[in-house]
Amino acid sequence: MYKLLLSSRYLRTRFIALASIISVMLGVATLIVVNSVMTGFRYEMRDRLHSLISDVVIESRSTDGASNPEELVQHVWDVAGEYVDAVAPTVEIYGMLSFKLSEGMHSDEYAHCPVTIIGIDPSQQDAVSPIRQHLIGRQPETDDEGHVIAPPLFPVDSLLNWELSENAKEHRKDWLYNRRWKEMVYGETQPEQPFYEAPASEAAPVAYSEPDPFGHDEPIRTTELTPDAQPGQAATASTFDPTGGQPASDLFGSAPIKVRDPDEPFPARLYVGQNLIAFPYKNEETKETEMIPLVRPGEDVQVSTIKTGLPEPARFTATVVDVFRSGMSEFDSSFVFCPIEELQKVRGMMDPSSGQGDVTMLKIKLKNYDDAGLVVDRLRSATDLFPAHLFNIYTWEQKRAPLLQAVEIESKILNMLLFLIIAVAGFGILAIFYMIVVEKTRDIGILKALGATSNGVMSIFLTYGLSLGVVGSGVGVIMGLLFVHYINEIEKAISWLTGHKVFDDTIYYFKSIPTEVSPWMVTWVALGAMVIAVLASVLPARRAARLHPVRALRYE
Amino acid sequence: MSKHRSKPHLSAVALTKSYTKGEIQVPVLRGVDVSVERGEFVSIVGQSGCGKSTMMHVLGLLDSPDIGEVRLNGERIDDLPLGTRDELRNHVFGFVFQFYHLLPELTLMENVLTPLMIRHSAWEYFKRRHEFREIAGEIINRVGLAHRAKHRPSEMSGGEMQRAAIARALISKPEVLLADEPTGNLDASTGAEIMDLLKSLNEDEQLTIIMVTHDGAIADQAKRIVRLFEGRIQTLEEAA
Ligand SMILES: Nc1ncnc2c1ncn2[C@@H]1O[C@H](COP(=O)(O)OP(=O)(O)OP(=O)(O)O)[C@@H](O)[C@H]1O
Ligand SMILES: [Mg+2]
Repeated sequence: MYKLLLSSRYLRTRFIALASIISVMLGVATLIVVNSVMTGFRYEMRDRLHSLISDVVIESRSTDGASNPEELVQHVWDVAGEYVDAVAPTVEIYGMLSFKLSEGMHSDEYAHCPVTIIGIDPSQQDAVSPIRQHLIGRQPETDDEGHVIAPPLFPVDSLLNWELSENAKEHRKDWLYNRRWKEMVYGETQPEQPFYEAPASEAAPVAYSEPDPFGHDEPIRTTELTPDAQPGQAATASTFDPTGGQPASDLFGSAPIKVRDPDEPFPARLYVGQNLIAFPYKNEETKETEMIPLVRPGEDVQVSTIKTGLPEPARFTATVVDVFRSGMSEFDSSFVFCPIEELQKVRGMMDPSSGQGDVTMLKIKLKNYDDAGLVVDRLRSATDLFPAHLFNIYTWEQKRAPLLQAVEIESKILNMLLFLIIAVAGFGILAIFYMIVVEKTRDIGILKALGATSNGVMSIFLTYGLSLGVVGSGVGVIMGLLFVHYINEIEKAISWLTGHKVFDDTIYYFKSIPTEVSPWMVTWVALGAMVIAVLASVLPARRAARLHPVRALRYE
Repeated sequence: MSKHRSKPHLSAVALTKSYTKGEIQVPVLRGVDVSVERGEFVSIVGQSGCGKSTMMHVLGLLDSPDIGEVRLNGERIDDLPLGTRDELRNHVFGFVFQFYHLLPELTLMENVLTPLMIRHSAWEYFKRRHEFREIAGEIINRVGLAHRAKHRPSEMSGGEMQRAAIARALISKPEVLLADEPTGNLDASTGAEIMDLLKSLNEDEQLTIIMVTHDGAIADQAKRIVRLFEGRIQTLEEAA
């Protein structure tokens, strides 16, 4: 009883104990806040990674892809049908995105960015990993406070399509007008157009042998808009020299008859990652960072990739339909989505006999992601259908293992470092307790004279340490949880106080700081802090217990 | 001396105790023999530094002798296991010190209750706390501090603190009260009050009291005076 009484009295009368309570409290609160924010970011990141890579992926090792996708999809259903929700064949290939940065007197400046071109079928893509929530045209425009100032151009849950929004159509008109006007001004001084139409492959006639809209010698309007080109046109277009040594003007000199209205967008439409066609700019006046677009929906860009077989360039002009912004800078600076048939045609992946295009990837969505490992195992063991030398089969986590593991390790290390804060608090407790034991030496002697055992004296200080730990971590947990709960308000307050943004949402793409409180983490942190507080009090408590009663009584 | 005669309540046999100061052994007790009968009031006098406090500590089991024995009712108690000695200190001995030695964080009431808190587990103490408070209240009344029960030691005078210390020593219903210069820090009249209290305890409750003092007048109030000189009991005088 005296143990409880004395330790509570020491707690109340020793203000220095408050210092150690505060250090425990701060340590616990920091751990909880940092952990919650990191877990929040991690969840968010996993979500975004996962939403862009379907649950399970079958990838053909050859960039030429695998033929007969319908049969492949059927195989997937046969092998693991009971777990599979949807399968979407896609084509993924490396390539280059080129667009004009500026027009000059003597030469135009172009940007060429390495990209991953993903040919998708909108409805199928929707079924395996919806990307519509990442398209800017489907997000309402908001101001700083998050109030909607303009509704989305397309309803966010409307089906994915390749249509230009009204805004984009408007912009396209202006852009085309502007460009033609410049062409008139600069006239002949402009250098030769470096882009030319992708030639049609012999195997798959191309449907869009239009001249490049960048060409100054361009627009001859035709009244006839034929979506299907004649094979004969393809033959003329294939005069293109893959070595690139030939000036483009020669090519256009022999260009086929124009078959499309140049005002119309190209049949190849793109969703382009935001970082590819926009750059962040910090406004010095408002201190806000905004994305300045270089290319806007409605404009045309050039895409280059390789054809099947030996790597020959394949190039085509495409109209940007929407901007893709997932928040994963890696994706936003490399992904370009286009209609799968267009990509197949350009790359010569069309099988003339079946009319089916080859695919490089089957994206599989499962009914329950927990079965992913099992599905992968089943697909891998079906070696007759998916031979290992032709297909690479993995879950999205396996594909992203290096990143996920790096983040995991990072958060572990951070946790360890933060736990050191509590350990430091522990040493604080140790020092303070030692002091208190020295100060209380005579009282310890008195207690022993009154018959207190060594263990009893020891437990005064252990109880003291435990209560410091309990109070410190209790208050720390409450503080940490409150901080996490109000983190966005706190961020705003700090931004307002310091006058510059702590959490720049144009960098992170999160409207607010994501947090995720794990009850286990909180429990462990609180328990850990208590254990450290008790451990730190063991040494002083033992010293107190070992004091010789007479020497303690005589102590001045 | 026949073993069957009534045994002394507390006795010391050839107590020897020395402190080591660096290389040198400083003998403090050099064979102290003393025995105190039940209900006796013995005062121990001697020069400062002659080892009176040391002897009290050895008798009260706070310290152990190098050689010699301490006996309670004829049974040797100085070589008992640590736990048993702690228990004996709690049950059999009551200590009163020159500097009162109250716990500064606790109120007078709590200070008085400390030996009971030590004796009983938290749960048992909690169950019987009303009973204990009553006992403590009676004892505090007895030493005349009823109006001070809620005060901290720092808010009390020396005499009050000493009476509080006596109340604390009494609450465990001890058989032997060991008082080390209980009046040493008090003026004559306050000292006299304390002595009256001790004498009444000795007479009314047959409490065995061993008291150390410098003051001849105080010592004279005991039934027997023992003089400690150069580590030995020198003379035995019957008080008047
Ligand atoms: N821990 C110790 N180490 C060395 N010497 C000690 C120690 N404790 C006490 N002494 C010595 O033992 C002797 C006896 O001390 P003690 O306190 O018993 O004397 P005392 O008779 O009670 O004196 P006083 O009347 O002043 O209280 C003293 O000379 C003292 O210096
Ligand atoms: Mg002394």
